Amino acid sequence: MSKIEVCGLNVYYEKGTVHALKEVNLEIETNKITALIGPSGCGKTTFIRALNRMNEVNDVMTKGKVFIDGVEIYNRGVDVINLRKKVGMVFQQPNPFPMSIYDNVAYGPRIHGTRNKKLDTIVEESLKKAALWDEVHDRLEKNALKFSGGQQQRLCIARALAVNPEIILFDEPCSALDPISTARVEDLLRALKKDYTIVIVTHNMQQAARVSDFTAFFLLGEMIEYGKTTQIFEKPRDKRTEDYVTGRFG
Amino acid sequence: MKVKEELVKGGLCVAALLSVAVLLIVVGYVFVNGIGVISLNFLLESPYRFEYGGIFPQIIGSICLVAICLLFAVPMGVASAIYLAEYASDNVITRTARFFVECLAGIPSIVIGLFGLVFLVYYLDLGICLLSGGLALGFMILPWTVRASEEAIKTVPHTYREASLALGVSKWRTIRSVVLKSAYPGIITGILLGMGKAIGETAVVLLTAGSGLESFLPKSIFDPVASLPVYIYMMATQGHTSAAYSRTFAASLVLIMMFLVISVFALLLRNRYIRHMGRR
Amino acid sequence: MLLGDSAKMPLRKEYLADLEKLKGDVRRMGELSKESAKNAIKALVQRDMGLASRIIKENSVIDELEFDIENRCMKLLALQQPMAVDLRTIGTCMKIITDFDRISDLAGDIAEIVLLIADEPHVKPLIDIPRMSEISQGMLSDCLEAFSTGEINVLENFSERDDEIDALFDQVRRELITITIEKPRFIANASHLNFVALHLERIGDHACNIASRIIYMVTGKRKKLE
Repeated sequence: MSKIEVCGLNVYYEKGTVHALKEVNLEIETNKITALIGPSGCGKTTFIRALNRMNEVNDVMTKGKVFIDGVEIYNRGVDVINLRKKVGMVFQQPNPFPMSIYDNVAYGPRIHGTRNKKLDTIVEESLKKAALWDEVHDRLEKNALKFSGGQQQRLCIARALAVNPEIILFDEPCSALDPISTARVEDLLRALKKDYTIVIVTHNMQQAARVSDFTAFFLLGEMIEYGKTTQIFEKPRDKRTEDYVTGRFG
Repeated sequence: MKVKEELVKGGLCVAALLSVAVLLIVVGYVFVNGIGVISLNFLLESPYRFEYGGIFPQIIGSICLVAICLLFAVPMGVASAIYLAEYASDNVITRTARFFVECLAGIPSIVIGLFGLVFLVYYLDLGICLLSGGLALGFMILPWTVRASEEAIKTVPHTYREASLALGVSKWRTIRSVVLKSAYPGIITGILLGMGKAIGETAVVLLTAGSGLESFLPKSIFDPVASLPVYIYMMATQGHTSAAYSRTFAASLVLIMMFLVISVFALLLRNRYIRHMGRR
Repeated sequence: MLLGDSAKMPLRKEYLADLEKLKGDVRRMGELSKESAKNAIKALVQRDMGLASRIIKENSVIDELEFDIENRCMKLLALQQPMAVDLRTIGTCMKIITDFDRISDLAGDIAEIVLLIADEPHVKPLIDIPRMSEISQGMLSDCLEAFSTGEINVLENFSERDDEIDALFDQVRRELITITIEKPRFIANASHLNFVALHLERIGDHACNIASRIIYMVTGKRKKLE
């Protein structure tokens, strides 16, 4: 069974006047990296935010079903808090809290009840998983905002890892980073997929090609084509996919 | 033209200097005329026979009034601000609510004092007391606490909220742990502004708290309480002796000093908090 | 939400123009090598020494063209990050220019043999050899057409056509061996003709390679034709 199954997903903005996602059907495989590509405004960010119900933070109407491990997440009985612990998110702009590195990573677990020694362990493990421990382990009390963009983004990844998710959603995580930081984050993604299911939105096709196992192409709110990354970039089935991937339009 | 630039710069500089000069002149005048009376005795004694004695109850009274005032205005203000900024949707009702709060800021303090007199003192039968005075002052500074808190909360980047929510933290917890923490400097500024207005407010206190000449400390919040501004008013209008004259300025000096101390203290607190957020 | 019909205008005009020019030059190289192969057999049949010399000289032009095209392919790969059909096209170009180069080298070898044979009479009338050349010329034409238009139907029967060439080659060889046994003093000429047939058979194989590359370029599927 796929980790995430999306059936007939429709999302509307502005009190129903803007149809942002149209009948999207997609399956996300467990412990793989799935990339979502497409031109600006095609709905990929809207889609990814539907997976952890972050769309509800704005004025958004969602119709259709999203199953995670077989459970329909838009059901009335579903606890959004728990859902978001299970499905983490890393945003486009690094957004660490204006606190120390330690407090940033400990934020989630602390609120969920963890204390002291266990907290220290979680912080260390998360920072190690995010490939940031070596750089900051002697400066954990320093304010997060004093670090570089690449380090801040990896901190945000560590922070997301600290609440022990199963799925991590990345919304253009490298678009604000320089090439070296980008390469580090991409290496990190490849390492993480062993233990987590990863969905990444990117407008950088080469990144999608480098990093992902599966790719889905979105256009004007529709999911046009989905398949193995090698297939999408070597011989796409749909002409629109080919036009986008070859840069005929974008 | 370069000359024009220089002239403009010069003119602006003169304006700035004049502003500073006004402050210095006022404070200087008060200082010069009041310093003679200031002594430890003066500060620790109670007034007797109108224009003699010290201003101890007045000092304590002012402090108590501001305390009660803040006890009301700060929670009310911050809570309202949180509701308006975080929970309320942007519709006619909330916009009207905000407008009303703004209007409250424009009501002359004498009118607020009158309201306090009619409603708190007579209707609720609290009488002329610390509670009436404190509450009335609270009404007066409420717009400032609400406005400053709301601004501060709105300035917190939306990305912090999103990041917190995405970690599986509830909305209220997010507000408590991230938004308010970041907004504290702004909120404290609002409190500071309110305190400044409250401590020097005469009309409201005159009508609700006491005559200003009390020589005793209030034993409960239902007792009348003295305050520095009203004392100054009394001394200035009803005192005809040189003792009264100099006490007017002495009390003014003390009031200014208190205000300065509070301001500096709150500023240091705020700075320490900003730095604190980067440690631990 | 910003794509309408007007936005369907292709971006990357310069890149697309470079790609078109690349394909054009690959086609030109293909035409040149095909011509060389045709002329080599013509020179053999008509004993045209001048033509044979020209063919050998032309080789260097074709070599330079291969070098230039390969450079441009690498440049496009490095600078433009081509994907999908563009990537397959450039990969195909890089491969088939090698085949074209080999074809023109083989034509050159045939031309050298023409010069060696000079005025000697042929040991047997030339029927099968020109037939082999005709078939391979047909295959090369179809390759170039398919390369330009993307219509790969014409490449369907290449295996059969190559089999025909192979069969003809077998026939030629057997005949030449027979002749050599019967009339040993003609061994030199027979040997030359044998080599000509061998080169033509190779040209047929290269045509098959080119065809399978073009099928990959158009469809993304790899199909071996032999």
